[in-house]
Amino acid sequence: MSLTGLFLISFLIVHLLGNLQLLIPDGGKAFNIYAHFMSTNIVIKFISIGLYVGILLHAIQGIIIVLDNRKAKGSKYAVNTYENGNWLSKNMALLGTFILFFLCVHMGDFWYKVKFTDTLDLITYPDIDYQVKDIYQRVSMAFGNVWIVVIYIVGLIALALHLIHGFQSAFTTLGLQHPKYTPAINVIGILFSVGISLLYALIPLYMYFAKLSNY
Amino acid sequence: MQLTLKVWRQKNGNAQGRFEHHNIEAEEHMSFLEMLDVLNEKLISEKKEPVAFEHDCREGICGACSMVINGRPHGPQTGTTTCQLHMRAYKSGDTITIEPFRANSFPVIKDLVVDRSSFDRIIQAGGYISVNTGQAPDGNTIPVEKDQASDAFDSATCIGCGACVAACPNGSAMLFTSAKVNHLEQLPQGKVEHNRRVKDMVKQMDKEGFGKCSNVGACSVECPKEISVENIAALNRHYLSSVFVKK
Ligand code: HEM
Ligand code: SF4
Ligand code: FES
Repeated sequence: MSLTGLFLISFLIVHLLGNLQLLIPDGGKAFNIYAHFMSTNIVIKFISIGLYVGILLHAIQGIIIVLDNRKAKGSKYAVNTYENGNWLSKNMALLGTFILFFLCVHMGDFWYKVKFTDTLDLITYPDIDYQVKDIYQRVSMAFGNVWIVVIYIVGLIALALHLIHGFQSAFTTLGLQHPKYTPAINVIGILFSVGISLLYALIPLYMYFAKLSNY
Repeated sequence: MQLTLKVWRQKNGNAQGRFEHHNIEAEEHMSFLEMLDVLNEKLISEKKEPVAFEHDCREGICGACSMVINGRPHGPQTGTTTCQLHMRAYKSGDTITIEPFRANSFPVIKDLVVDRSSFDRIIQAGGYISVNTGQAPDGNTIPVEKDQASDAFDSATCIGCGACVAACPNGSAMLFTSAKVNHLEQLPQGKVEHNRRVKDMVKQMDKEGFGKCSNVGACSVECPKEISVENIAALNRHYLSSVFVKK
């Protein structure tokens, strides 16, 4: 759980860095070339298979743990209090399922359309000698729709909440705790969770409002 | 003070349980258990079955007085067992809900009494040292640094009451097991059998059907001896190294 979780976190960082290229005001050139590289490079292909397996493993493990634990707890108390644990740590599965649902929407909208349909325009740039798919155009169209933007924002809030508990929890699970470093890990975890979600959210928000102001 | 008690009644492990309401008159200086004694005297004088609850020392050291009071194992005060909780923590007119500890590995025997022998079996699996270490003077022949002795003692204060399991939404026994492992691990007499102990105690804990820790932290909040969750991280560390590193 902790290992797959931290692996997914490392993916989030790389994925974010790539996607922030969407914000470069060059009509999507840098992003399209990057996306072409990512979808044709053989090494990236293997890493992405690892990623799909990682997501599945993490989700399956999470669901098994929650079901096991429900059985281990047995009956419920008549009175429940805040001291029985905070909302975040008790709703990791709910938040995770929400993230999974969001991932399906996200991959259906981009990954599926890029890989398995030919609805995307091909485009050439003067300084490269091969054609690339205009994925930027597809993303920009999606983020012109206010409802898609809303789904992304809600999905990213769920991600931030999942990671606020998950980040520090993963360190405890691996036994990495120390009176000197743990307070720092906890603060970094919260900053990372909120920060990475905000940066991701910036992309649809920026593209939506940039489009509005263009009309 | 006038109190309304909502007490869990259950004939035996297989019976269906239910809450029973009782109005009683108690004094502020009574302990929580003395207040329950008043209830039972009243029930006995009415020729009814008294409420079964566990207790032994009534001074906060044996860990017998298990019950959940208004949703909190051992009641509202931090670092306090039920027997050390006093009625001055309540006001006249209060309604108090009293339930047994709930976890599948702690089946109800009767009313508020649960079977915590799963803890005994975790201890039997490795929570000891196999040689006789002699009397106190023999112990003192091996010097232990003060800080280390204090840390070991912090873990050793666990009274095995089970409040951690009762509080945990996963019904996990990680706080108890980790306290017992770390207590011995930090002393030279216990260090020798450390790897075997970690593996055996964790194995027994899983076998007893306790849930898996997801670092909720409710255990430490409710622990009457304020055992820290740092023990859990240390147990994870020792377990990983005993499985992957040490032979
Ligand atoms: C895609 C991005 C995701 C990331 C970066 C992520 C990350 C993490 C991390 C770091 C943890 C803490 C591990 C630990 O406590 O040892 C965790 C826990 C958890 N995650 Fe995720 N997760 C993601 C998606 C999901 C999904 C799709 C689910 C599906 C249901 C899920 C379900 C859970 C559950 C149930 C836990 C708690 C496990 C426990 O109680 O021990 N996560 N996650
Ligand atoms: S760790 Fe605390 S709550 Fe758990 S058994 Fe020991 S004393 Fe009781
Ligand atoms: S009766 Fe012994 S700790 Fe409460």
